[in-house]
Amino acid sequence: MTTDKLIISPSPHIHSGDSVEKNMYGVLIALVPAWMVSLVFFGLGALIVTAVSIASCVLFEYLIQRFLIKGRITVGDGSALITGTLLAFNLPSSLPVWIILIGALAAIGIGKMSFGGLGNNIFNPALVGRVFLLISFPVQMTNWPEPGLFPLHYTDAVSGATTLAMLKGHFGEWPSYAAMLSGKMGGSLGEVSAIALLIGGVYMLWKKIITWHIPVSILLTVAVFTGVMYGIDSTQYANPFVHLLSGGLLLGAIFMATDYVTSPMTPKGMMIFGAGIGIITVAIRLFGAYPEGMSFAILIMNAFTPLINRYVKPKRFGEVINNG
Amino acid sequence: MLKTFRIGGIHAPAHKLSADRWPVTLPLPEQVMILLSQHIGAPAKPLVAKGDTVKAGTLIAEAAGFVSAPVHSSVSGTVAKIEDIVDASGYRKPAIIIDVQGDVWEDSIVQGRFPDELSPQEIIEKIRQAGIVGLGGATFPTHVKLTPPPGSRAEVLIINGAECEPYLTDDHVLMLEKGEEILQGIRLLMKAAQVQKAIVGIENNKPDAIALLSSLAATVPGITIVPLKPRYPQGSEKQLIDALIRRQVASGALPVSVGAIVQNVGTAFAVYEAVVNNKPLIERIVTVTGNHLAHPCNLRVRIGTPIRYLIEQAGGIPADTGKIVGGGPLMGRALLNADVPVTKGLSGILLIPASEAQRKPARHCIRCAKCANICCMGLEPWRLMNLAEWKEWEPMKQNKMMDCLECGSCSYVCPANRPILDHIKWGKNELRLAAAAK
Amino acid sequence: MEFLLPAVIALGGMGIISAIILYFVSKKFEVQDDPRITEIQALLPSANCGGCGYPGCSGFAAACTQAASLDGLLCPVGGTETMNRIATVLGYSAVACEPRVAVVRCNGSCEKRPHTNQYDGTGNCAIASALYGGETGCPYGCLGWGDCVTACLFDAIRIHPETRLPEVDETRCTACGACVKACPKQLIELRRKSSGFHRTVKPDDADTLHRIYVACMNRDKGGVARKACSAACIGCSKCLKNCESEAIVIANNLAYIDDSKCTLCGRCVSECPTASIVEYLQTKEIVC
Repeated sequence: MTTDKLIISPSPHIHSGDSVEKNMYGVLIALVPAWMVSLVFFGLGALIVTAVSIASCVLFEYLIQRFLIKGRITVGDGSALITGTLLAFNLPSSLPVWIILIGALAAIGIGKMSFGGLGNNIFNPALVGRVFLLISFPVQMTNWPEPGLFPLHYTDAVSGATTLAMLKGHFGEWPSYAAMLSGKMGGSLGEVSAIALLIGGVYMLWKKIITWHIPVSILLTVAVFTGVMYGIDSTQYANPFVHLLSGGLLLGAIFMATDYVTSPMTPKGMMIFGAGIGIITVAIRLFGAYPEGMSFAILIMNAFTPLINRYVKPKRFGEVINNG
Repeated sequence: MLKTFRIGGIHAPAHKLSADRWPVTLPLPEQVMILLSQHIGAPAKPLVAKGDTVKAGTLIAEAAGFVSAPVHSSVSGTVAKIEDIVDASGYRKPAIIIDVQGDVWEDSIVQGRFPDELSPQEIIEKIRQAGIVGLGGATFPTHVKLTPPPGSRAEVLIINGAECEPYLTDDHVLMLEKGEEILQGIRLLMKAAQVQKAIVGIENNKPDAIALLSSLAATVPGITIVPLKPRYPQGSEKQLIDALIRRQVASGALPVSVGAIVQNVGTAFAVYEAVVNNKPLIERIVTVTGNHLAHPCNLRVRIGTPIRYLIEQAGGIPADTGKIVGGGPLMGRALLNADVPVTKGLSGILLIPASEAQRKPARHCIRCAKCANICCMGLEPWRLMNLAEWKEWEPMKQNKMMDCLECGSCSYVCPANRPILDHIKWGKNELRLAAAAK
Repeated sequence: MEFLLPAVIALGGMGIISAIILYFVSKKFEVQDDPRITEIQALLPSANCGGCGYPGCSGFAAACTQAASLDGLLCPVGGTETMNRIATVLGYSAVACEPRVAVVRCNGSCEKRPHTNQYDGTGNCAIASALYGGETGCPYGCLGWGDCVTACLFDAIRIHPETRLPEVDETRCTACGACVKACPKQLIELRRKSSGFHRTVKPDDADTLHRIYVACMNRDKGGVARKACSAACIGCSKCLKNCESEAIVIANNLAYIDDSKCTLCGRCVSECPTASIVEYLQTKEIVC
């Protein structure tokens, strides 16, 4: 029995089934452990900040695409959800709603849509939002609530010093390693629990959403740099493990620096990118004015990504030294 | 650790639906259409005219130059006409159409014995006269490959039994059915290429073929059977050489520059038939397969049989067929209709249901670099697609666009469903035309 | 106040010195251009379309000043009017040039040339042509993906939604030739826009838009071509036999009308058995 009209098209005629949505939702699943930890330690504040951030990011993307750009609506692909989640994970759980809205507008409007939407932005949108808020509202953005057990506080939460603030100001007693690993310490919503973040990272590696190059190169560079400084003067500088487990390093290395659009596209390029982030982060942490340098480091290296993509090429077939 | 090539590659689901179907020789069709261009190089020139009587094995078109191959009649009967028919490319090409009458073969085709006395040049000449071309699908004239340019010498013969494309099983069943003959064909090729060593690479998803050939090869000096990790595109010449002898052919160079000559197992069998039995290349095994096809099978058919005839033997064209692909799903050509004839390079016919045949709409590139990660030639497909869209000819050449094998892995993995290979194919075509115009 | 005066003097002084340096340098390194180039460039439409064959309007202006006469130089967008003005500036006599228009030589609309397949590749004529012969039985005809539309700088061509063929807007087409280059099937040709000869209107009505052309590029044998498209040229030569001015040439089963010889008598149009010869008169399309 003959068929109607046969389809013709150039090869290939099958597809792996991979899609933008699968990758984006995979990242969201990887973020779930960290989110659950944030609910445990920061309770109501964590819930409100995350909900407001995600909702406003998705809403702003929809509004801009529908009324300003008047183009295709792509909020369903999951990237606005991720921006919203990662922005929330960079904020203190006591941040008022109106500031979160401004941050979401900066992240989506300035960091993503003004460049042309997904695929065209140079800087990580969540970090654009976060840095925008940090510079505009330094007091609220450095008001880090103390962790509790499902606390019901929001903007009225009692704040304390984070590990990095203590390191910068040379005061206070750092949390124990157990606390740093589990997350029972001061900090932004998503950065506190090393274990939760690592679980998410392993999940993404397994699902082939990210490769190991960027996280490993960042963490290695930080470890080596801080290790050297610790070796030079152990009273002035903290040991590498404290640096690896504190602040936004793990969150940034696993989830923010590995953002597809803003990171290099070759393994060698990714290692250069990661090393740059590591060096700048440690430089700011040890010698700069801010206690945490991860956000700035990633944004600076994002700017170098097009240059890295242009000059660093993958290993071509035939370039390998032939061995019989 | 199983051997495989070092850069890139994907693992596509195998779907070897017809792996356990022994090849069935089909009864003859009523008419065959033998295209004059079934090989790389100049199309053959017809030697017969309307009304001529031919037998199976009669020379009906002669090679037009060195890089060309002669074409033989696959059936006995009368030449009905010589006209242009639509082939796999979608354009009309000249073909000799023969009405089949009986099954009379040329007298010279007889069961022979292994010819120890033939010199390498004589073997190559018999291969040339038999019209043998690469049966893996590339259809490069075999006698040309066995005659390396002056200055280069082959050290090892590599036999391609990988069959890395999903769905295809014609090489697999040929190895099971004609293992001994294939090994004799390899011996002949070794003599023709003047090498002492031959390595047969077979992917690990064919353990029965590996076991059979390994036991048969135990008595033949110089031939080793090596199992390979299933990976696409393992069956590509350059990748196979990298996997088996760890040497990478430089850009623009021939495999013989690293001392290797690669031939498909089907070609080795055809060489045996040509040299020992004087039989030219007039039939081959074709896999007919598809998820909704009633009886996926492997069929031994004469060159020139319309593929509609083959599909009927496999249960008929399913009502919901969206695409008919000649070859494998990753590198094959979508055919305009089922009246296209079988050619020397057609390894399989894949019927894709309409529900799986449509492409999803293309999205913006999300710069995930998955295409660059899996490119087996170490290229950057995303960049090549951009350059082709902007028509940047010089940067295309600098980024080694001509090295692309057109294997299709980049379009296969792209999460944004971008038609990367479409643009690369077009860019390569334009560069080729520009180079030819100079 | 004490810190203000030295700052003003220092910065002001630096500004003045920089300005003086820049002035002298700009005078010393000034490129002496023929002043007529700027004058001519001001007369040109500034579309920078490349239709004249030179790189942009400045390139064409330079070519005009360097040429001995205006023979062979034509700005298709500006037309005769602009060339006359340029001739006045340069002191040459203007060459009368025939206005041209882009003509699409394919009439294989969806109903005349039914689709036999469905193309699912990239929607781009260049790619579709390189990789396949199209969705119909005629591999020479229009593919309908609109490379010509993308190439046109004047918005003068669009793909008709029902026939899937390109339609040229005569009022906007400047015959710059961009669509001609863009079409991978070489279907579009620049032909004379109007003619002084016409059957019923007075002969000196030179503004009448009138042309006759073969709207087919199919070089397959007649029977094959006809099966694929009802408006195909089958190379039957009836037009050739009836042409009074030997303007028709038949090669490769295809007729071609040379518009420098055509007198627009229209006999070929009525003789053509498949109606593949099209007569375009003013705004109405007459197909016999």
